[in-house]
Amino acid sequence: MSTAHLDNFTDEMEHDDHDHHEQSFISKYIFSQDHKVIAKQFLISGIIWAIIGGLLSVIFRLQLGFPDMDMAWLRPLLGQWINIDAATGLGKLDTEFYLALVTMHGTIMVFFVLTAGLSGTFSNFLIPLQIGARDMASGFMNMLSYWFFFASSMIMFASFFISTGPASGSWVIYPPLSALPQSMSGAGLGMTLWLVAMALFIVSTLLGGINYIATIINLRTDGMSFTKLPLTIWAFFLTAIIGLLSFPVLLSAALLLILDRSFGTSFYLSEIYIGGEALPNMGGSPILFQHLFWFLGHPEVYIVLLPSLGITSEIISTNSRKPIFGYKAMIGSMMAIAILSFVVWAHHMFVSGMNPFAGSIFMLLTLIIAVPSAIKAFNYITTLWKGNIIFTPAMMFSIGLVSFFISGGVTGIFLGNAALDIQLHDTYFVTAHFHLVMGSAAFFGMIAGVYHWFPKMFGRMMDRKLGYIHFWTSFIGIYLIFFPMHYIGIAGFPRRYYSFTNFDAFSTFTDLNAFISVAAIATFVAQLIFVFNFFYSIFKGKRATQNPWDSTTLEWTTPIEPGHGNWPGPIPKVYRWPYDYSKPGAKEDFIMQTVPYAQTPESNLPHEQELAGLEGKDDNAIKVD
Amino acid sequence: MQNLLLGASVVLILVILFMIYKLSTLIGVVKGTKSDKEVGSNTINAILMLAFLIVGSIAAVWSAVSYFDLYDIPVASEHGVKTDSMFWVTMWITGAAFVITHILLFYFAFKYRYKKDAKAMYYPDNHKLEIIWTVVPAVVLTILIGYGLTVWNDITDTAPEEAEVVEIMGAQFAWRVRYPGADNALGTYDYRKIDASNAFGIDLSDKNSHDDFVPREIHLPKGKPVLLKIRARDVLHSVYLPQFRVKMDAVPGMPTQFWFVPTKSTADMRAETGNNDFNYELACAEICGKGHFSMRMIVVVDEPADYDKWKKSQQTWLSQNPEYLSQVPEELQEVAMLSAGIEENESKDSSL
Repeated sequence: MSTAHLDNFTDEMEHDDHDHHEQSFISKYIFSQDHKVIAKQFLISGIIWAIIGGLLSVIFRLQLGFPDMDMAWLRPLLGQWINIDAATGLGKLDTEFYLALVTMHGTIMVFFVLTAGLSGTFSNFLIPLQIGARDMASGFMNMLSYWFFFASSMIMFASFFISTGPASGSWVIYPPLSALPQSMSGAGLGMTLWLVAMALFIVSTLLGGINYIATIINLRTDGMSFTKLPLTIWAFFLTAIIGLLSFPVLLSAALLLILDRSFGTSFYLSEIYIGGEALPNMGGSPILFQHLFWFLGHPEVYIVLLPSLGITSEIISTNSRKPIFGYKAMIGSMMAIAILSFVVWAHHMFVSGMNPFAGSIFMLLTLIIAVPSAIKAFNYITTLWKGNIIFTPAMMFSIGLVSFFISGGVTGIFLGNAALDIQLHDTYFVTAHFHLVMGSAAFFGMIAGVYHWFPKMFGRMMDRKLGYIHFWTSFIGIYLIFFPMHYIGIAGFPRRYYSFTNFDAFSTFTDLNAFISVAAIATFVAQLIFVFNFFYSIFKGKRATQNPWDSTTLEWTTPIEPGHGNWPGPIPKVYRWPYDYSKPGAKEDFIMQTVPYAQTPESNLPHEQELAGLEGKDDNAIKVD
Repeated sequence: MQNLLLGASVVLILVILFMIYKLSTLIGVVKGTKSDKEVGSNTINAILMLAFLIVGSIAAVWSAVSYFDLYDIPVASEHGVKTDSMFWVTMWITGAAFVITHILLFYFAFKYRYKKDAKAMYYPDNHKLEIIWTVVPAVVLTILIGYGLTVWNDITDTAPEEAEVVEIMGAQFAWRVRYPGADNALGTYDYRKIDASNAFGIDLSDKNSHDDFVPREIHLPKGKPVLLKIRARDVLHSVYLPQFRVKMDAVPGMPTQFWFVPTKSTADMRAETGNNDFNYELACAEICGKGHFSMRMIVVVDEPADYDKWKKSQQTWLSQNPEYLSQVPEELQEVAMLSAGIEENESKDSSL
């Protein structure tokens, strides 16, 4: 069935070559159904969102680091959100807008950059190329996925420009704060737009996810069994499954919130007296929302992280010139993480008022998830051991990811412990923890992926030296931001505080907060090096070769700039796993997946030698015409 | 301190930029030897990896030591001592894992940098090794889980019978507290009875409510268990007492609670910290709107005798708001005036 489909496709392809009718600009670049173009659309949208999200953090870091600063100079940008103090004439950031900045920074980074920008880019780009498919299972759904994301983006972006400001109840939008417009100005229209945007976003994610799963299951090329898939594909596959199972729960949580907001229901509301009146709502539970939210919210952490782990596994193996250590253990760990990610959600709720016994169970399950994570870290390190490491920028960002994954991972052991979480919950310790393990690690994975697959995307190379500068400034910068932040967290400073001047207990660390802000701004500026390098190299970068990193996977068998359908001729057949680097006896230090064992008797292991004899017996399946 | 840190990082960044600049000239020299890979920069990046490990370790240790007194905030509750020591045990265990893995990560990156004649070792797996590093973290985590569960179960166990009960209510943007008064029982409440004066929605048809009092500060007795009964009036809040290691969300429609034993009076803490202005503070730890950062209330821990004296000196809420007597059912009004301590009426009542 699928073979027939492929044959047809190839026929059409060849047919196209003869006729060569030009696609219009719109169908080629705008409403494109080609997975590579869609991937680039996601990537560029993600980069734009990352700049916006980063800028927001710069503004609130200014407030946190320099609370006495005159912000009147930001009035041209922020307008009414800078209040001019009548007495002193100083410009002050509006307290509610501060919360809106924090909220939008979180929402944008988690969903728009590290979910859509990351999975959307690399799942789309790499799945067909690495499994040997002409395109996604449904190009049309894939196109819809991007345009739902685009619509969602536009609505979220529009919410910055309304008079009551964007959503401001933090990215977790806990009701009743998010349900009652009278509780804060951002809970009005801004919140409505947030919910609409997120609903569209979820549709986009589901359309994408279904496609990724269907493509990986059905369209693998001949010989590409699941045990020959690169770890990137395994990561995208599991990520898509997690997303498919968890995002609908967020949609239902949001739907019930919409009903509470606009239709007078009481799913999350009970016994509330606000704005001088007692509301009629009875019997609802704000805790219900938290359960539903974190049922997505926690798997979401892994939706963000797993693709980066997959990407960096591939990059570290390639650039260490070694097979990834423990390929099956890596898959097993990812599967364990994917399953466990669904049963740990309530560790975000130890002090929510949930039954403490439930807390015990979730603590147990949460700390179990540390085991597969530890295995992954050890396997990364062992892959470096006795390698022959080439420090491409992608490789360095991957090593940076491993470092962040460990640094942020160990603090998870504190936070997963319910008794320790009492003190640490909602302090800067949490902020530092997840910015390292999920934010920075996932971000580094994404950046690594861009450096690594840029030649495949655009047929040109990104500048190495700028890449190194980008790496070192980002890597050091991120540690300078988030390492000291742990101290502030251990000291008990709560998150989402506009300023700490009201409390004696939080009056220390003004110097460190200023330091963190300076580091954050510097790190943000350093990202502009990447932005420049990225856009400059698209047009002026050095021409890429077909396989610039001497990698083994299928995407490097396509032409330098693969056209529609990816391979001009038949799709190559796969014979071996993707990590045959530095195999003893081999002529080169890598053997492509497309090389049959029969051609490499000098390097075959005993069981591979047996396979060599069986090769070529059923070659007809893939033969075209 | 800040200047030092700033200076150090600026120097580090400058050094790196300089090395990368130098490297670009080196590349120019070596160029052409391996056109596709351009590995001339490898050694420098490898050295920088090692340098990062060394400089980073120094910076981490130095900052951890020099800021220690600032982040090691004093603890003033019984369970807080336990969680603090567990915190440091966890710190040493995870710290060891953190240090070892980072040394290996950066050292391997440095040691196994590309060399022209070297060949990587084909080492796809080693089941023994993998089993070891699955089992070791599993065992360590099991110990930490057991330890954590014991402490957690103790903390969340039912409060002792004799615990002092204090009701804390979060509202945008202030905390309010209510004490049960002489009968040691809080009166029931109904959120529909809330108005400008009756912020708690005290239900005066419950006779337990008549002697309740609503002070401006929280007072707690030293050395006695205290049970906080926590609720919220509008949105989520979270009761957060940093020195007592107490945090519990305040949820509208769902009362929560937390009990603990304060071990140091405010005076004790002033002596310990050498700060005569020291006060315990109650903060909000769950985002609740624009005034989230300003929900502060002073907490005073007294010696038990002083606490009793303070408690006796408090006027009941009903006596402060005598107009609410009308909400008390007829048959309870006498008792209500008695227990609320409304004096001018007392004589009239007894004459009847």
